[in-house]
Amino acid sequence: MTPRRPTRAEEAKERTRRERVLRALLPVLALGIGILVWDLVVRINDIQPYVLPSPELVFRTLITDWPLLWGSLVVTLSLTFQALILAFVGGVALAIAFNKSRLAEYSFYPYAVILQVTPVVAIAPLLLIYLPQQAAVLACAWIVAFFPVLANTTLGLNSVDRNLTELFRLYGASGWRVLRDLKLPAALPYMLGGLKIAGGLSLIGAVVAEIAAGSAGAGSGLAYRIAESGYRLNIPRMFAALILLSVAGIVIFAALSLISHLILRRWHESAAES
Amino acid sequence: MEVSSTTSPIVSLHGVGKSFPNGVAALRDASFSVHEHEFVSLLGPSGCGKSTALRILAGLMEPSDGDVIWRGGAAPDGSKGEIGFVFQEPTLMPWASVASNVYLPLKLAGVTRADALPRIREALARVGLEAFEKAFPRELSGGMKMRVSIARALVTNPKLLLMDEPFAALDEITRFRLNNDLLSLWAAMRQTAIFVTHSVFESVYLSSRIIVMTSRPGRVHAEITVDAPYPRSEAFRTSPEYAALCRTVSKALVDAMAQGEAA
Repeated sequence: MTPRRPTRAEEAKERTRRERVLRALLPVLALGIGILVWDLVVRINDIQPYVLPSPELVFRTLITDWPLLWGSLVVTLSLTFQALILAFVGGVALAIAFNKSRLAEYSFYPYAVILQVTPVVAIAPLLLIYLPQQAAVLACAWIVAFFPVLANTTLGLNSVDRNLTELFRLYGASGWRVLRDLKLPAALPYMLGGLKIAGGLSLIGAVVAEIAAGSAGAGSGLAYRIAESGYRLNIPRMFAALILLSVAGIVIFAALSLISHLILRRWHESAAES
Repeated sequence: MEVSSTTSPIVSLHGVGKSFPNGVAALRDASFSVHEHEFVSLLGPSGCGKSTALRILAGLMEPSDGDVIWRGGAAPDGSKGEIGFVFQEPTLMPWASVASNVYLPLKLAGVTRADALPRIREALARVGLEAFEKAFPRELSGGMKMRVSIARALVTNPKLLLMDEPFAALDEITRFRLNNDLLSLWAAMRQTAIFVTHSVFESVYLSSRIIVMTSRPGRVHAEITVDAPYPRSEAFRTSPEYAALCRTVSKALVDAMAQGEAA
C-alpha cells in the first residue's frame, strides 16, 4: 500500500511549523557562532583577559562573582521597577490631567517634552548634586520612562470612538464616568504600549544615573559594578555585569509584553489569537 | 400629504435649522411631526441633515433656528433611559462582553448588575443572541454586532427609538433579515421609532410614514404615508403595492434632490 499523500492544508501546516522552529532556532545558532568566533579570536591571538576575556572566563566570572552581581542586580532592578511604577502612574495621571484641563495641558505639556528631549546623561550629574543618590537614580529613570506613557495615554484618551462618546452623553454620564468607563478602557492598549517602552527606558535611566554617580557614589547597582570593574581593569566582571543587564532588559520587556497580551487578548486586535 | 394619526404629536419640529461653526448649513427650515407609536423614516441623499435632525431629537445637538416642541413640554430624558439610539456602526465597547455592552444604559442609570441581569437577558433574547452573553464584540459577525447594538438601545424600554442608518454597512441579505427582526421587535414593543435611511426600499418596507428630505441644507420635501398593515413580511416585499410605493417614494426622492440642487 502506498503512503497517503499529504493534503495541501497539511503541507501548509507543516511549512508554518517548520518556519516557527527555524525562527526559534536561528537566533540561538547565530549566538553560538558568535561565541565560537569570539572564543577563537581570543585563543588564536592570545589576547589577555584584561583586554578581551574569553567567553568561558566571562561565564566563570558570572558564577564566581554571582553573590556580588546578584546583589547589584537586585538593587538596579528594584530601582528600575520603582521608576517604572512611578512613570506609569505619573504618566497616566498627567495624561488624565491634560485630558481634563486644556489649561494644564497647554501649561505643562511643553515642559514634559523638554524633559524628554534633554539627554538624561546631562541631567543626571545635576540631580546627583541636589538629591540623595538613590533618589537621583530614581528621578533619572522616571524622567526617561514617564514620557512614552504620557504620550501614548494622551493619544489613547483622544482616540475614543465619537459615537460611543455621544452614547455616554445621551445616557447622561458624568465626566468622571466617561473617563472611568469609556476613555480609560479605550486608552488601555495605548497605555500598555507606553508601558512596554517605559520598561526598557527605566532600566536605561537607572543605569545612566548609576554610571554618572560612578565611583563618587556609594551605590551598589549593576551599572556601578561596571564602572568600578572598569577602574580595576576587571574586564571579565564588566562583561558579566553587562550580560546580566541585557538579560534583565529582555526579561522586563518579555514580562510587560506578556502582561499586555493577557490583558488585551480577549478584545484587542493587536493581541488577539487568530 | 396627510398625517396618519389624529392624536397630538409626541414631537414637532417647527422651522428647525442647524448650521455648524464651519459655515455648513446641514438643516434649514425643517418642519415635521411624529406621533406616538409611529414608525417614521427620514429619507434623503447623503448629507441632507437627516442625521443632524436625529441628533437634535436625541438632545445631542441644539438647533440653531426654530423650535422642537415635545408633548407635555419635556423632552424624553436620555439619562432615564427614555431614548434608545442605534448608530450606523454597532458602536460597541470592544473591551466589554456582549452582556456588559447591553448593560451600559442601565449601568449609567444607576441600576446594579444583579438587578439588570434579567433585563439584559431579555433584551438579548429578543434579538436572538441569548447564547452570546459572554462573547466579545470581535468574536461576532457584523449583523450580530448590530443586533447587540439594538438590544442595548431597547434594554431600557425607551419611549423613543432613534436609528441612524443602522443597516447601511451590512450586506443585503443580513439587512433584509434585520429589517424583519426590527419590525417584529417594534410590533411587540410599539415605541415611537424614527429611522434615518437613504434606502427607498428599506423606508417603504419598515415605515408607517416616510419624510423625504432635500439635499443639503435639508428641508422636508414630502411626507408619504405607507398604509400597508403590520405585521409585514417577505410577502409585502414582493407585493405590487410595495412596488408602487417604492416608485412613488423614488419619484419624490428624485424631485427632492433636484430641488436641493436648485436651492
